[in-house]
Amino acid sequence: MNALYLAFAYLRYHWARSLVLVLVAALIMFVPVATQTLLSSSERALVARGEATPLLLGSRGSQLDLTMAALYFGEERPDPVPMREVETVWDSGLGVPIPVHTAFSSSGFRIVGTTIDYFDFRQLTVSDGRGLSLLGDAVIGAKVAEALGKGAGDALVSSPENLFDLDGVYPLEMPIVGVLEQTNTPDDEAIFVDIKTAWVIQGIGHGHEDVVTATEVANGTAALANAAVVQYQRITSENIESFHFHGSQDDFPTSAVIVVPNDTRSATILKGRYLDAEGPTQLIEPAGVIQSLVDRIFRIKALLDVVTGIIAVAAFAAIGLAVFLSYRLRAREIATAVKLGARRGMVLRLLSSETVTLLLIAGGIAAVGAAIVSQNAEAWTGWLLTLGA
Amino acid sequence: MVRVEGVRFGYGAGGFRLHVPSFVLEDRERVAIVGPSGSGKTTLLNLIAGILVPEEGKIDVAGIDVTALNETGRRRFRASQIGFVFQDFALLDYLSARQNIYYPYRITPALKLDAEVRDRAQALANACGIGDKLDRHPSALSQGEQQRVAICRALVTQPKLILSDEATGNLDPDSKVRILDLLFEQAQAAGAAVLAVTHDHELLPRFERVLDFAQFREKAPA
Repeated sequence: MNALYLAFAYLRYHWARSLVLVLVAALIMFVPVATQTLLSSSERALVARGEATPLLLGSRGSQLDLTMAALYFGEERPDPVPMREVETVWDSGLGVPIPVHTAFSSSGFRIVGTTIDYFDFRQLTVSDGRGLSLLGDAVIGAKVAEALGKGAGDALVSSPENLFDLDGVYPLEMPIVGVLEQTNTPDDEAIFVDIKTAWVIQGIGHGHEDVVTATEVANGTAALANAAVVQYQRITSENIESFHFHGSQDDFPTSAVIVVPNDTRSATILKGRYLDAEGPTQLIEPAGVIQSLVDRIFRIKALLDVVTGIIAVAAFAAIGLAVFLSYRLRAREIATAVKLGARRGMVLRLLSSETVTLLLIAGGIAAVGAAIVSQNAEAWTGWLLTLGA
Repeated sequence: MVRVEGVRFGYGAGGFRLHVPSFVLEDRERVAIVGPSGSGKTTLLNLIAGILVPEEGKIDVAGIDVTALNETGRRRFRASQIGFVFQDFALLDYLSARQNIYYPYRITPALKLDAEVRDRAQALANACGIGDKLDRHPSALSQGEQQRVAICRALVTQPKLILSDEATGNLDPDSKVRILDLLFEQAQAAGAAVLAVTHDHELLPRFERVLDFAQFREKAPA
């Protein structure tokens, strides 16, 4: 106890030196553990999401971009796939197609235009409010609600963007009708709307002011093209009826289509139908794409481990040198202690108490840090995976 | 108190050699050791304290044959029977004055730090005029105050012998006299003898006896 008392007194008196040594040692211990925890959690989250999504249909191109856009709502923008592909899957009777339109965002969160099937497929439940029912409705993920401080009854406005539509995109105010239960998946950070709402944002669907009266139509003087025609930015019960879409829905775009096959046989048949390398679309298994991404990450991690190891060795050598120099500086104290009756073992115990105390405090800090990371790994992983979305 | 008989000691072959045929320090006696640098004054203190072991001869302190003790025995003897006062005070910068006085109790299991010791330390500090400065670190004390703390540390274990190695060497002339008088006063109160190495001849009249060490140095054999 006396050795510990003296060790604490020394560390407290030389607090700046002790603090630097403790922080450096804590960092060396914390970083590899935190990296490993986050990577493992990321791997679990990535793989789980991939495995929970049997098939993904999209335009031919980067499979990773398609997967990241459709599963993680990342900022990747694969070429859109026409809605007729959704109909084709429906018509085959081999599975359920769920379109996912991820081209737009609001307040930094991705707007996901989809159908009601998506909520059943991902087993998403509403914790507050109700699900999607009307054009313009938005249901937000738990993290979106938390970050924006919004809930059912509030509203969101889509960010103005030009994407597929050369005519420009009109911001749309969407009433929030529900908040989803937290799932620690990218769904927490998404704003869900009906895919038709996404098309409205895109400018494919729109409403008009009732400037054209029945009399005018009867007289053949209806204004078919008029600069005074107003593009609505808000869908209300008064104007909802005026919203309509131009062109055939088969040609409307979606970013990707999640396909839930009826069974393994159906999946195999479906995959066979999209094997043509020259075809405009591809049907992929996200789990395979994710696994290859994870393998790549872990190859990089192995390299990082080596670098961390080298840095750790260098840092511990520096700490060792600092401790050794401290021992040298205390040679007089040691000589005094021996003269006053201390045995050499006591002197060694005194000095090692300091080193052990330093390492224990550093270990404690690293452990607390690791525990915090571990506790929040799922949430932080979800955030990391959707970073930049 | 101290009886040295036929002690011989040398630092390796061809190095410094010391021969003390006979030396006696009586109880409560105050003896100064003088002599040129390198004559072995500090070596004698270290031999008496059991830090060094003589090649031959006998050293008896307070009835204990120090030369017959093993390493552990010598450490216990040192901790319980000897009080050291050093020229450089040898205080620890990271401990308060109070904790510096307790220091001997922190480093050896031969001594137990209890309420009685704490009271004694406070009384000693009061007597030395530093009772109100015990919570300061050495860096916040003057040189004289630091040496007072060192004297308290030497006396708190109630030793029967104080070994002082140039205890006033770093002090100004006024402080030297005051500190030496204080050391004598406190040693007298504790019933301890004082054996002090000094180069300061002005202080010699304050001692009861002076031992000139030049006579004990041997020439190293060729």
